[in-house]
Amino acid sequence: MLLYILRRFGVALSVALTVSIVAFLLLHLSGDLALAIAGPEASPAQVEQVRIQYGLDKPLAVQYLDWLAGALHFDFGRSFYFRETVAALVAERMPVTMTLGAIALGLALLVAIPLGVVAAVNRGGWIDRAALVFCVLGQAIPTFWLGLTLILVFAVNLRWLPVSGNATWAHFVMPAIALGWYAVPAVMRLTRNGMLDVLASDYIRTARAKGLRWPTVLFKHALRNAVVPVVALAAVQFGFMLGGSIVVEAVFSMHGLGHLAWEAIGRKDFPVVQAIVLLLASIYIGLTFLADLINAWLDPRIRVA
Amino acid sequence: MALLEVDRLTIDIPTEAGLLHAVGGVSFTLERGETLAIVGESGSGKSLTSLALMDLLPSRAIRKAATLRFDGIDLMAAGERQKEDLRGDRMAMIFQEPMTSLNPAYTIGDQLTEALRRHRTVSAKAARERAVHLLERVGITAAASRLGQYPHQLSGGLRQRVMIAMGLMCEPDLIIADEPTTALDVTIQAQILRLLRDLQQEFGMALILVTHDLGVVARVATKVAVMYAGRLVETGTVREVFGAPSHPYTRGLLRSIPVPGRTRPGEPLGTIPGQVPGLVGDVFGCAFRNRCDHAAEACAGAIPERLLGGNHRMACILETVGSPQ
Repeated sequence: MLLYILRRFGVALSVALTVSIVAFLLLHLSGDLALAIAGPEASPAQVEQVRIQYGLDKPLAVQYLDWLAGALHFDFGRSFYFRETVAALVAERMPVTMTLGAIALGLALLVAIPLGVVAAVNRGGWIDRAALVFCVLGQAIPTFWLGLTLILVFAVNLRWLPVSGNATWAHFVMPAIALGWYAVPAVMRLTRNGMLDVLASDYIRTARAKGLRWPTVLFKHALRNAVVPVVALAAVQFGFMLGGSIVVEAVFSMHGLGHLAWEAIGRKDFPVVQAIVLLLASIYIGLTFLADLINAWLDPRIRVA
Repeated sequence: MALLEVDRLTIDIPTEAGLLHAVGGVSFTLERGETLAIVGESGSGKSLTSLALMDLLPSRAIRKAATLRFDGIDLMAAGERQKEDLRGDRMAMIFQEPMTSLNPAYTIGDQLTEALRRHRTVSAKAARERAVHLLERVGITAAASRLGQYPHQLSGGLRQRVMIAMGLMCEPDLIIADEPTTALDVTIQAQILRLLRDLQQEFGMALILVTHDLGVVARVATKVAVMYAGRLVETGTVREVFGAPSHPYTRGLLRSIPVPGRTRPGEPLGTIPGQVPGLVGDVFGCAFRNRCDHAAEACAGAIPERLLGGNHRMACILETVGSPQ
């Protein structure tokens, strides 16, 4: 078990390192940074001054190591546009996005897993078919359209929820639904198919032969095995959500990481973009690692691998 | 009153080609302490018959019976809860797929004690002790340390023994063993069979042994039911059926196994040419007639079951087939 954890951790670490190199290089591939920072009206002398000031004259490898050493201390330098350090900017915006993502994922799993179980148990019945229709709708409706429709119905017409912002919990309800919606179909279908496979297995027949009550068979013996691939998918879906939060934060005017990324890209604020890419990637890698641990707990056979 | 009464049990399975008559009217009774061996080749419906007794058939299978009674309880009329109460407690089943019949996510100990704790009020400690005791009885060494192991850490033979111990947890009145020794080495097979017989005598259980191995039947069973294409073609005590096999199929089966001391080395064993017929759609007459040396026109008509004396019955129109030798 310990060996398994160490191995997964090693994999996660090497992926994180690769991402950091890619994030660093991508920006340097987008043109002469000194020229971009100094602006179109700067003289060649001013550009050279900027180049030295930001350390852009040093070899690329040195620049990367400097940047990485800073990143490990949560020091990403100063924003080109905002009058703040990148770390302060990110620290301010991160909780909004994380809260949004966590609620969205929680909602999605809370809807999708029970729905998948019910659909599998009533295979071919009306619930199963209704769930399938729901799935197709879920994947066909664009996030921004769903967000705007929610605003129109629940904020403008019914006045149940605030239109935009991120001041209170109520502000998170609609954005979380808009963001989580997209994850429901995939999780539901995987749960349904997993349950169908497991329910047809020999060990479910053994459990029934023992005279166990149906809920015990379903939840103790079937769901635990069916949910293993769902855990891995949930981690991937959370990664999509962090990306999708750029759209949702824009629709609901929430000041989160996604919104910041959008602003920073538009203004060529490279240190901010780099920091966000690295952070989101790290969170995603962390979640994948967590998913590996959960699966090792759920299925003892994984621990050996 | 017999412990188990089965009268005209049929199992139909809807397929795209039509209704598959997997089991077509099987009848037998079983008393406490008796061992019935259901013998037949794969696809003869013997496993389905045993699953039907436990009501564990695949959900699309259609089970019908004139009588299906366990210790006076009408299993056809019993509710789901009542059947759940019987399963694992008074009637237990041992499955033939040891590699897939245990849940990979739970320890052996959990899966063994679960049945006992479902049906009896016992402490976790007492349940564990019973599990250890039974694991020792089925010949597993270091039984206590096995409880914490997962199925994937055990060999096929060990898993099969765990399955047997699992079936015995509640001391059932009836135990149905579907090919319990197929996955095991020959040396262990004998050991497991002896164990089943001993336990059966010790607890006065009734045992249904589903097998294609006639050697197993001769060693363990008291009664035999030979099954072919979903029907019982010959039934009787082991002595009756093995002493005077009467149905051409039974005789073919017995010819195709070597007998120690009688089959000479190098002597070819008998085979039964042909295949089991398809059972989709209406099935008339004797299902064995296309492979039978004695087939006649009358074989396509209704085949009555006849009493040959004692408990010996067969479903064949042949008046005298004569002794096999």
